[in-house]
Formats: sequence, C-alpha cells, structure tokens
Amino acid sequence: MNIVVCIKQVPDAKDVRLDPETNTLSREGVKSVINPYDRHAMEEGVRLKEEFGGKVTVVSMGPPQARAILEEAISCGADDAILVSDRAFAGADTLATTYTLSQAIKKIGAVDLVICGKQATDGDTAQVGPGLAVRLDMAYVTCVQQVSTVTDKVVVLERMMDDGYDEVEVELPALLTVVKEVNTPRFPSIRGLRKARVADIPSYTAEDIGADVAMLGLGGSPTQVVKVFPPEPKGDRTILTGSVDEIAEKLAEIFRESSIGG
Amino acid sequence: MDHFLSEDQQAIVDLAKQISREMIVPKRVYYDETEEYPLDIVETLAKSDFFALFVPEEFGGLGGSCYDLVLALEQIGHGCVGIATAYAASALGTYPIIVGGSQELKEKYLPKVATGELRAAFGLTESNAGSDAGGIQTTAVLDGDEWVLNGTKQWITNGGQAHIYTIIAITDPHKGARGASMFIVEADDPGFSCGPKEKKMGIRCSATTELIMKDCRIPKDRIIGRRGTGFITVMKTLDKSRPGIASLGVGLAQAALDEAASYAKTRYQFGKPIISFQAVQHLLADMAIETEAARALLYVAARHIDAHPKDMSKGSAMCKVKATDVAMKVTTDAVQVLAGYGFMREYPVEKMMRDAKILQIYEGTNQIQRNVIGQELNKEYTK
Amino acid sequence: MLIIDTDACIGCGLCEDNCPFDAIHVEEGKAVVGDECTLCGACIDHCEVDALTIDKEEVAGIDLDAWSGVWVYAEYRNGRIAPVTHELLGVGTDLAKKRGVKLAAVLLCESAGDVPAELIASGADIVYTVEDPALKDFTDDAYGHALEDLALKYKPEIILAGATAIGRSFIPMVATTLGTGLTADCTSLEIGDDGHLHQTRPAFGGNIMATIMCPNHRPQMSTVRPMVMQANESDASRTGEVISETIAPERLISRCRVVKSVYTESNQVNITEADVVVSGGRGLETAEGFRLVEELADLLGGAVGATRAAVDADWIGYPHQVGQTGKTVASKLYVACGISGAIQHVIGMKSSETIVAINRDEKATIFDIADYGVVGDLFEILPAVIEKLKK
Repeated sequence: MNIVVCIKQVPDAKDVRLDPETNTLSREGVKSVINPYDRHAMEEGVRLKEEFGGKVTVVSMGPPQARAILEEAISCGADDAILVSDRAFAGADTLATTYTLSQAIKKIGAVDLVICGKQATDGDTAQVGPGLAVRLDMAYVTCVQQVSTVTDKVVVLERMMDDGYDEVEVELPALLTVVKEVNTPRFPSIRGLRKARVADIPSYTAEDIGADVAMLGLGGSPTQVVKVFPPEPKGDRTILTGSVDEIAEKLAEIFRESSIGG
Repeated sequence: MDHFLSEDQQAIVDLAKQISREMIVPKRVYYDETEEYPLDIVETLAKSDFFALFVPEEFGGLGGSCYDLVLALEQIGHGCVGIATAYAASALGTYPIIVGGSQELKEKYLPKVATGELRAAFGLTESNAGSDAGGIQTTAVLDGDEWVLNGTKQWITNGGQAHIYTIIAITDPHKGARGASMFIVEADDPGFSCGPKEKKMGIRCSATTELIMKDCRIPKDRIIGRRGTGFITVMKTLDKSRPGIASLGVGLAQAALDEAASYAKTRYQFGKPIISFQAVQHLLADMAIETEAARALLYVAARHIDAHPKDMSKGSAMCKVKATDVAMKVTTDAVQVLAGYGFMREYPVEKMMRDAKILQIYEGTNQIQRNVIGQELNKEYTK
Repeated sequence: MLIIDTDACIGCGLCEDNCPFDAIHVEEGKAVVGDECTLCGACIDHCEVDALTIDKEEVAGIDLDAWSGVWVYAEYRNGRIAPVTHELLGVGTDLAKKRGVKLAAVLLCESAGDVPAELIASGADIVYTVEDPALKDFTDDAYGHALEDLALKYKPEIILAGATAIGRSFIPMVATTLGTGLTADCTSLEIGDDGHLHQTRPAFGGNIMATIMCPNHRPQMSTVRPMVMQANESDASRTGEVISETIAPERLISRCRVVKSVYTESNQVNITEADVVVSGGRGLETAEGFRLVEELADLLGGAVGATRAAVDADWIGYPHQVGQTGKTVASKLYVACGISGAIQHVIGMKSSETIVAINRDEKATIFDIADYGVVGDLFEILPAVIEKLKK
C-alpha cells in the first residue's frame, strides 16, 4: 500500500504571543515543532505499513527549515520524505494549500491512502484534509479515532463525532484525518536517526509540481487576513476573601447568577 | 563538560534523554510504588533500537560499542535506575552468548535479542555463591543428547520477565575452576521455573526472583563455548557489563545533583535562596566535582575497552567502583540538601538514594572490584 | 511576492525587527527577503518609508451581485437539531437584515418532519429541504454534493455552518469544489461597510484573533464556534417558505458507508454544549476528592470537566478533558477547582463568560484569567458551597 502522510511545521503553540504594542507575532523563544496532530498521522501511516505492508512517504509544504520535521519523520519510520517549497507558495490559505499539496502528491504517483492530522495548531482550520481529498478525488473521513481493518479495497475505522462515534467503511483510495486518540506516536529509533542524517529529501518547486501559478500562494487564496489583534483582556478579577462560610455564600450567589441569569 | 561526542553518539544521547524525560520520569514513581515490571518502557526502548545497541552488527545489532551503550544507559539511569536495570539486565544476560557462544547459538538468539523480541537474564548467584563464585552448587549432567540441570539461582534480575537465561552450572565437580560451564535455558524449558518477586529496598520495579531448575532438560547444543569454560565466560561477561553499572551510577548522581541544585535555587530560608549559603554551595560543589570525575573515568574506560577488548578488567572495575560510590554519596547529599522534603516520598531524591545502594552491590560488590583492580596491579608490577 | 523598493529602502532594520518568521534581513544597507517569508505583511506595517509592497495580482473577480442571500446549514443528527443551528439563525438574522436579503436554512436528512417549522420559528425565512434515504447517515460526499448543488442553483452570498464535527468535516469540501474561501471556527461575524462578511476567529490556540475576508469570491463561507452566537427567541407564529429539493441520485452515492453510530454521550450533558462546566485538576488529590466536583456540577445542572492530569489519574474519562488535547468549551460559567492554569488547559476554556477559580496557591496562573478567585482549601470551600446550594 502506498501511503502519503502530510505534515506541517508549526510554532510551538504555547510560546506564541502577540506583541501588544506592535500587534505582530513575537518570535522570541518560539520553537518550531511538528504539528502535534501530524505526529499521530505519521504514526498511523508507519503502523499501517508495518501491519499491512507498503511504503510511507511524508510530504510537507513549507519553508526550507521544514526539512527538520521531515528528517524527524524518517527517524520515526517513514521511508521517504518530500519538501514542497517555493517562494510562490507564501501566503497560501487553505484553498491554495490544498492545490499545492495535491499537485505534489499527484507527482508521487498512485497513492492508496493519504493521512493528515485533524488540524494544525497554528491555524486550527481543519480544512486542508477535506480540501486535499476533493482535489485528489478521494473519499475521506475526518477525525478518525481508530483504524480497525485495511484491505486492498476498503478501510474500516471509527470517526469521532460530537455525541459519540461512527463506525465507517471507506473505499480506497481515501484520505483520513486523525485525532490524537488514534494511537501513541513512537519515539525515533537509533537506526531511523542514522537514516535521517543521510536521507535524500528532494525539494519540489512550483515548476516541479506543474502548478498553475495563479492558484498558488497569496494570489490563489480567496481569503485575506485583514486584521490581527490580541484577544480582549479579561476585566479585573475579584478575589473573594473572608471566612469559609462567607466565601461559600458569595460563591453560591455567583453560581446562581451566572448559571441561571445568562 | 564537552566530551566531543560524534554526531551519532550525540543522537543516541538525545534520544535516550527524550525517552527518559517524556516516558520514564513521569512513570518512575508509579513503578517504584507498585513494583510492577515496566514492560511498556522496555518495549519502547526496544522499538527505538536500544536492545540492538549491545548486539554486534553481523547479528542484527548496531555494533555493540561499549561507549555507545554507556552513553545510552547514563541517560536512562538519569530517569530511573530501576527501569534502567530492567533494560540493562538483558545486556548482561546476552553477553555470555556474545563472548563465548557458538556461531549457531549467536545466529539463533542474537537477532531476536536485538529487536527486543527476546529478553535475557544472567544466572550466576546462589545462596552460597555470591562474591565467591566457586561455591556454585547447581549441576549440569549430560544425559544422551540433553543436559540435565538441577539447582537454584538467587536474586536474578529479569527473573520471570526474560525469555532466555544464561546460567552457570558445575559440569565436572573435581575440576575446580575448570569444572563449570554456561548454558542457555529458555523460559519454557521443562523443569525450569521462577520464584516469586523479591521485595527490595530500591530498583523495585526490576524483577528479581529465584530460578529453580528441577531436572531441567535442555538440548546438548545449548552449552555456551566448550565444557569447562564457564568461569572464563562469567569473568568476561562481568568485565563487559560493569561499565554499564557505572553508567547508571553517573546518570543517577547527575539526576540527584540536578534535583538538589534546582531545589536549592527555589527554597528560601532567612530571606534568601539556600543556594546562596556557602554550606549548601560546598555540598553542591562536591557533588558536581565527584559526578564529573566519575563520568570522565567512565568515558575513558569505555573508549579504552572499545579499543582494547582484551584488556578491560581493570578499567571496567575502576569505573564501576568510582561511579557507584559517587552515586551513593551524591544521592545521600541530595537528600541532605532537600532536608525534610528530601526525606518525603513526594520528592524524588529519597528514591534515588534507595536505588543507589544496589549499584555498590550487584555485578560484583565494590569490595570485589577492588580485589580485581589489586590483582591487575599485582600482575602489572610483576612484569 | 514581497517587493522591496531598493531606492526607497533606508536599511533601518524595522522590518527585520518585526518579522515574526525571521525572513527579512538587512544586508549591505538594504532589506533582503528569504524563503521563509509567508507574506504576513508585518514588515509592510512597520516600514516608515513605504519601501515594501506585496505584489498580488488582482483576481478577475466574479460577478458578486449574482450571489445573494444568507444560508445556514441546519445540522440534524440522531433526531435532533444541533443547538448551534439556532445560534447560526440568530447571527444570520442580523447579517441578512444588514444585507437586505432573506435568511435560509438548508436541511439535509432522511425525513424532515417538524424540523422546518422549528427552523422558521428560530428565524429562517426559507427552508430548503432535501429528504433522501441516502442522507440518513452523515457522509461527507453525499452531504457535500447536496449542499454544493443547492448553492450552485440558488447562489447564496453567505453560507454558515456550525464548527461541529459534521460542519468542520464536509463544509471544507463544499468550499473547495466551489473554489471559494472558508474561515473556520469563527467567534464573530459582521457585515463591514464594504458589504463583505468580516469573519473573526482565534488562532494559535486563542492567543491571537484574526479578522478574515473573502472579497472576490462567493459564497463567503464560515464555520462558527458553538455557544458563542445568540439564538433568537423561538417564535412559533413566524411564517416562512419551505422548498423541497431533489438531488440527482448519483450525487448522493457515497464512497463511505456508516456501519453503525454509537452515541456515548447521549445521556449526559455534552461539555462543549453545557452552560455550566465545573472542572477539576490535580488539586483534588484523589478520585474521592474529584467527586466534590461532580457533586457541584450536578447541583448547578452543569457538566463535569477535567484537566489532563485528572484524566490521566483515571478520576474521570477522557470525554471530559478540557484543553489542547481535549475539548474546547465556551460555557457561561466555568468553575476551575484545583487547576493551576497551564496554558494547555486554559486554551480550552478561556472563552467562557464567567470564570471562577479556586486554588490553594495564590500564584496559580488560573487566577490571571479568572473573574472571581478564591485562594483556599478546596476541601473546606467546596463542601461549604455545596451545602449552601442545597438549601
């Protein structure tokens, strides 16, 4: 089975802050990491390969530094990695991103299964997986929490819903987006780290993937970010003081008001 | 301090550190308290190739360099010496096959050890044979195409958890030092069983049991090396394994120093962090000096062993003594720095102190190590 | 592409200082941009000599006027309209009024029953219904094709859906096939003076808010976070038009088959939809301690939440976990008991309206985002409050 896993390099969410004076992202001390959901996508790809045979190719669209996460993917069991990188891709929204990724994946050849993380923690859109499936003309299932069986025709899996889960059978080729419950990602292996150090990771440009420039990057993106601003700060907080009984009385009052009144 | 590790060695250190930090440290209290065998962590280490680290390349391993293993064990021991022991015991149990086994035995067992599919244990100690290996009473008698083993081994690490046991038994009682041989016993061989898990002061999650052999029958070709070479194999095995114990000592000492120094920075008394008091500073300084010294000796010994595999006894005994004595001292002092808190099980240093003690005892007490060093000196100065 | 006017550039380095991606540097007195550039525009905002511009080819715009009306996807599953649907009709009413157009709801299901009437009572002027056995279970391709076909037939200018498991799954498909923009998980929607939809959403786990527009494409599509918008008061006397639509059968063939649906939370309050969430963390110390949280939640008619530490300790199941690796809640009242306020947890609850924190440690960061704080012992305070509430 030919498996492609899409991964993204993101700033470590807990480090990101907006500088309140300049209104720009403060980059100080922000580490770049593999999008946490994508770790689970990688693990699922490698796990399925180990169980059902095949090959895992990891693809990342991003700046040249994204090579680091592709090396990490190889150290965790991926067979091949491809960087999709070009100045022309900059400023892409999800529509332009799915176009770019789909062009790159089409270049890989016949793919049976594409696995993505449910969403990336920088944008939190959860739109690239479904959009990519449409462009690759694949069936897709989002928020997969368990993959039970894979045959050469179908995958049987569980899709997480708001009120429980659905057991779904999907025809191959298919695209899945996974949630964290799907597996526990492995650590790299020593052999994997050695392989990653010497891995040949090609970098595809817009030309390499035969892309229509008008559909790339900022120009190919229907949405535009018109304003970025910090969330409204909380009003002044009140610290309740007094005896346990007094505090309890005040709390009970607050609870009654905010739970019924709103 | 910078030990100028190669890129590959640094990668091994970083990976071991990552597993230690993300998986071992969060679970070490659980495993210490429940005394459960840390199977999930051992399996994780296997998946990340740590069992391949001590197996030669031709048998599916990564080369078996002493230095590489030492670097990995130091980081795992930094997280938990109990869990590290559960891992390292497989190396100890496998070494007899590596140093003395036939090509057939190596091909049969080593590739599966390298993947972690088979875990190993080393069976030497008996109730009357500890430091004095000459007191071994377990016997092996050849009966047609089978060896028949009888006897009981005591305090065997990985007992009940290993799939293969390398066991020394007397084959020719009248031949003295040349009367013992080593065998591979598989966990499901007839007549073989393990006793209940012992209750220990430290390294509680590592399994320690008796191995009981009652007319235990194994095929003839499971003997390691020629008949009568058992003691030589044991000595070579222990020479090879002692730097591993030293690594646990260095990792543990470093962990205790890390805990003590960070605590001393945040604990305020008399309006100041206690690290600003000279009494505490001197304590920490001595801990740091001793830890670095032990590490330096360990790394030098490991490099020496890799370069001179026939001359490892003295260096391996020296680093074992130094690092484990340091671990005992530094963990005790760490408890002192944390004082009342250090004595509480809520803080990690009391466990470190409990875990440190075994390092001075197992795989040859530090007194025996000094004997080894003394005998080597005697040889050297005779020349 | 970022264009640098090297004649205008004075090499002051303001762009370099303000680039979030370390992509622009001053070399030999002039700014030079590297491959890391994401065209975020931060440098342009800071350039004092207007030396920087983003070169964006103007898209040959479609005829925007051909698209008119506001649509809400009415999510219906397991015999129940998702509560967010009413909230969408609430905000949709405002948007439609501002645009002077009608508000429509789209209902895809096996059998509509009284649902259209409910949607009209909640504010819909028109309800488009597609009733087909193929829509019994949710599958992305059948639902996506149905909505796409309807959108192409009626050309609405705006389509809103709930940012639920279903909405966030198939709406991106519709946006992709329609070749238009989609903004996920919006928390505010307004019609700007330019007549476009201004969509505001949190990014980077809520540390930043971004306002996004889709000026040259239609429809403008958003998924909207539940519990944020205000639903209309239900008015049974409202009237509206119900239009029954049929979708070509081949468009409803799905490559996915739902074998079965398992409803694990049907008997409990779903924490993402609850008005009141009482959450517990490590400070509860034991599983017995955690029962206090459950008791309080019960008294307040709310749901129980938990930090990852509490879930990892097996005090409560994973469906109750709030935070980065759990659920995001935006309740009216959020009571944090014995929770230190690690960012991984805070991300999942900070958009709650009123946050009450009880913690022994006065330095706990949870107090930074709380409206009311109590520094004290949970095991004294919680039983006392429970006692008061029982009266």
